[in-house]
Amino acid sequence: MAVIRDVMAPFELLQPTTAADAQKLLEQHGADAWAMAGGLDTFDWLKDRIRKPKVVVDLSGVGELKGVRETGDGIEIGAMTTLTQVVNHPIVREKYSLLSQGAELAASPQIRNQGTIGGNVSQDARCWYYRAGWPCYRAGGNICYADTPTGRNREHAILHAERCVAVNPSDSAPALIALDAKFVIRTPKGERVVDAEDYFIGPEIDITRLHILKPGDLLTAIRIPATWAGAQFYFEKVRDRNVWDFALLNVASAMVVSSGRIERMRIAVNGAAARPLRLKAVEDAVRGKPPSAETGAMAGRLAVEGAVPLQFNAYKIPLMRNLVKRAIGGVEEAKWAPIVA
Amino acid sequence: MGANSGIVQWATSPWGQHVPIHIAWFLIWVAAIAGLAFFMVHAVYLRYFAKREEFAGSVSPELAARLPARIPRHSLVARMFHWIMAASMLTLLFTAFLPKVGFQFDWVTYHWIAGTVLTVSIVFHVIHASFWLDFWAIWPDRTDIEDAWKRVRRFMGQPAPPPRKFAKYPLENKLYHGAIMATGLSAIVTGVFMMFRVRTIFFPRNPYLFRDMTWGLMYVLHGLAGVGLIGLVMVHVYFAVRPEKLDITKSMIFGSMKREFYLEHYDPERWPVEPANLASTSSDKSRV
Repeated sequence: MAVIRDVMAPFELLQPTTAADAQKLLEQHGADAWAMAGGLDTFDWLKDRIRKPKVVVDLSGVGELKGVRETGDGIEIGAMTTLTQVVNHPIVREKYSLLSQGAELAASPQIRNQGTIGGNVSQDARCWYYRAGWPCYRAGGNICYADTPTGRNREHAILHAERCVAVNPSDSAPALIALDAKFVIRTPKGERVVDAEDYFIGPEIDITRLHILKPGDLLTAIRIPATWAGAQFYFEKVRDRNVWDFALLNVASAMVVSSGRIERMRIAVNGAAARPLRLKAVEDAVRGKPPSAETGAMAGRLAVEGAVPLQFNAYKIPLMRNLVKRAIGGVEEAKWAPIVA
Repeated sequence: MGANSGIVQWATSPWGQHVPIHIAWFLIWVAAIAGLAFFMVHAVYLRYFAKREEFAGSVSPELAARLPARIPRHSLVARMFHWIMAASMLTLLFTAFLPKVGFQFDWVTYHWIAGTVLTVSIVFHVIHASFWLDFWAIWPDRTDIEDAWKRVRRFMGQPAPPPRKFAKYPLENKLYHGAIMATGLSAIVTGVFMMFRVRTIFFPRNPYLFRDMTWGLMYVLHGLAGVGLIGLVMVHVYFAVRPEKLDITKSMIFGSMKREFYLEHYDPERWPVEPANLASTSSDKSRV
């Protein structure tokens, strides 16, 4: 399909200065409106002329959506706070370093200066068939071009694939799930607060969206409770190019260890499915066990149960198994054993 | 995405071909509103304008006296088929269209399971009706056509003798059966092929089974059959709950109807019922 690049279709630019106005404008224009945060995902779509919204609501002038604030129980991060601000914020670094680790591994410094935490968790799938404007399921069509015998699907889903096999590309999302964050959404019916893991949806629920935001909804803030502040964190991202790339898989975990045993844990992976997956079965299975390589190996096996590889992404199964293992047992203990002939 | 021209959504395939991908979803509302409009028009007509039905011929008191108090109409097997089909059909409609109107849930798995149940039940029904029931009872015959013409003329205020009473199934039932058969089979046949596009337990996925145009037309036909079934099922439920039809509805639950209802609406020559002393040993053939 011919794609005309770098020449955006005309649209009306609206630049509200309050969250209330922004939400009202999104509500007023409904499906014709496009909410733009940092613009990094947006301009791909617009310049490729695949998305042609009639109205773009630029959120960059909404001051109340920016910044990190301490609350009685943790912190609240405005959805328009840049990834760099999140990464460098002293409280985030001190108490919730899992998020700063995850956000710091997103893209490049320049992109993190412009990209926002709200945009990072709300960005669209990177499946190239979809991004190229092909009429796939996610674009409202009736086929997944990646899930065919000849489809290029090395980066695609191994779990919970349902017609569409695209994955969620966010690096901060699994960290926020592991930290038990809450997402604050301003909707036409009022404010709604959802658990981070419930913010994301798979194709079985809605094949055209990666999150629950509907036309007229605006993600305003992300709240992180103090529950996991200062816990033992682990974040690892595996990508093709370490300088700048989307994750093939990433893992984020928060663990509280007491008397050599895992007292409680939250763990999530992304890049394995269309939504970041919280691994509740793993969390339950490791509770009360030592954070050892053995426990990690058991957890890794459990994590990939039900995984179905596509033509070119079978590597993701051992990769995910090992990432989960390392998140629990640590990297040193998870070294490869020598092959015995 | 492609253009929405009329009742079909179109897209451009990666090979530059203009292909249909599915129906325009506003047709869901068209079908639902058409069904509701039918209810209202029909209910108002019956309440304020319809004349009492008048039939030719009469049943001899001797024959009437020999009929059992309850006239067997649907065998247990036929009733089970009907309700299994109804449950699967409703599941199919709800799982297909609720997500399109804003109720999001994991619908695909339930949809293909319900479709499988429907397909199996329809195959069973075809075999059962062909070899164990009176196959032709549900197809319009010459008398139906003649009586329909008389009814049309009388409706238009033209002179015509009253029609005969009905066979086991009135012409409206037979036409409805034909419509539901056409739409249902369209949905089933296309649906079975569409199962090649998703992961099921039956066969491996094969999205290349057909060309894009063929797949697109299949999705469109499936969609058109689906929205057609919305209207047809609404009409069916409407008639099932109408007071004057309740005896028929109950017979689909309990298997039989009152003798008085039978004598009032049905012609014993066109739908013969065995006398009371033989009714208990009657064959399945008399109970379509």
